[in-house]
Amino acid sequence: MTNQTTIHLTINGHQHELEIEPRVTLLDALRDHLGLTGTKKGCDQGQCGACTVHVDGQRVLACLTLAAQVEGRAVTTIEGLAEADGTLHAVQAAFLEQDAFQCGYCTPGQIMSAVACIREGHAGSDDEIREYMAGNLCRCGAYPHIVAAVRQAATEVAS
Amino acid sequence: MRDFSYLRAGSVDAARQASALPGAMLLAGGTTLIDLAKCGVAEPDTLVDITHLKGLDAITVDDRGATIGALAKMSSIADHADIKSRFPAVSEALWQAASAQIRNMATIGGNLMQRTRCPYFRDRENFPACNKRTPGSGCSAIGGVTRGHAVLGTSEACIATYPGDLAVALVAFDAIVHLGDRQVQVEDFFLLPGTTPDKEHAIQQGEVITAISIPGTPAARRSTYLKVRDRQSYEFAAASAAVGIEFEADGRTIRDLRVALGGVATKPWRARAVEAALKGKVLEADVVRRASLLAMEGAVDHGANHYKIELAPRVVARAILKMGETA
Repeated sequence: MTNQTTIHLTINGHQHELEIEPRVTLLDALRDHLGLTGTKKGCDQGQCGACTVHVDGQRVLACLTLAAQVEGRAVTTIEGLAEADGTLHAVQAAFLEQDAFQCGYCTPGQIMSAVACIREGHAGSDDEIREYMAGNLCRCGAYPHIVAAVRQAATEVAS
Repeated sequence: MRDFSYLRAGSVDAARQASALPGAMLLAGGTTLIDLAKCGVAEPDTLVDITHLKGLDAITVDDRGATIGALAKMSSIADHADIKSRFPAVSEALWQAASAQIRNMATIGGNLMQRTRCPYFRDRENFPACNKRTPGSGCSAIGGVTRGHAVLGTSEACIATYPGDLAVALVAFDAIVHLGDRQVQVEDFFLLPGTTPDKEHAIQQGEVITAISIPGTPAARRSTYLKVRDRQSYEFAAASAAVGIEFEADGRTIRDLRVALGGVATKPWRARAVEAALKGKVLEADVVRRASLLAMEGAVDHGANHYKIELAPRVVARAILKMGETA
């Protein structure tokens, strides 16, 4: 016997209706039910930040959020960050320019986290960027370039 | 993760009723509960989601103190201007805890319900013995790898460390948990393991945390949270101290002192012996260092965690002296 429930999600401005079990996380709903695989599954236990998305503009971990919990809230994923015409968000462009990744697996989470970090006003110095980006691990060790990208994007957003 | 049913509470009363049923658990930020459900440690039949309740996330601060709604997020409390100016230790404990994403999810009520990070507690498959998870099954940590385990407040049944930061600051400043009409001191809200380590909080099934209040005091206003850990950020404390101080008019004699410890005990640990030894004394480095040793009265190590007994008093002394410098 399955325990399916119908939920309505707003992802990147689009409405979706899903038939899922209540235990399905937002991460699994995005990847396995909606085909939005930009959001990555790293540790799946809230330690790596690869699954970072925005809920009502706040960065959160999709792996520790139930899909059912975000009904009625606006979810933004990496797929929803660029403009409709394909123009990259300032943070995406800065990651490219600063070569802020190697394998790229943590990158969508890093970028979603960085967008929020700048918006929160926590990108004022390299130390502050390091502290407030600490929830996003990069096993390739691209941290110096990630900090440079966040710093660059923060400057651009401010000007 | 085992399947469960999901219920969205429409009011606090509805949440109380729904969560009073056997197998039901309240769901707020989910940063502990969903994690533990994935580990197979939490096995709820029903999750009662309270995150959609309105009006439970207000933060109000005046001369008498602060009242923080149970659903206020760790991040919004940490960044609140009046919390930063009147309760710096609370803000510092919050922003040094977890990660920015987790702080955006986790609520202050849920924060008090945070469970231990003892690796044996979390690993059901490899370590069936855990008195906290399965009462009477034994303790895998005793005789195991104990580097992160507690040296204060332990029992023969459990040596799991209380991992949180915020509650350490709350205990230092006599904060109160509001469970609807019932109020409990935060210090009493956390229970020592004794022979029942599975019982961690003075809350009954069906009760809902509605708010936390913190009395406003000069010591809370002049306070700090010092956290020492294996890496600089996004890590639990090896040892931490919440310290608040009030001086006499001379600016040197200690009128009031609050000291609480994290990372070393089975619950947020108030160090009253240190407070008593220093009240009325003039703040001097060697006096502070000697008094800080009293924080470890009754400490028992289990091998690899012995370093905490040396580390914690140094953290306490450093925090007190830092507060003295700004006299």
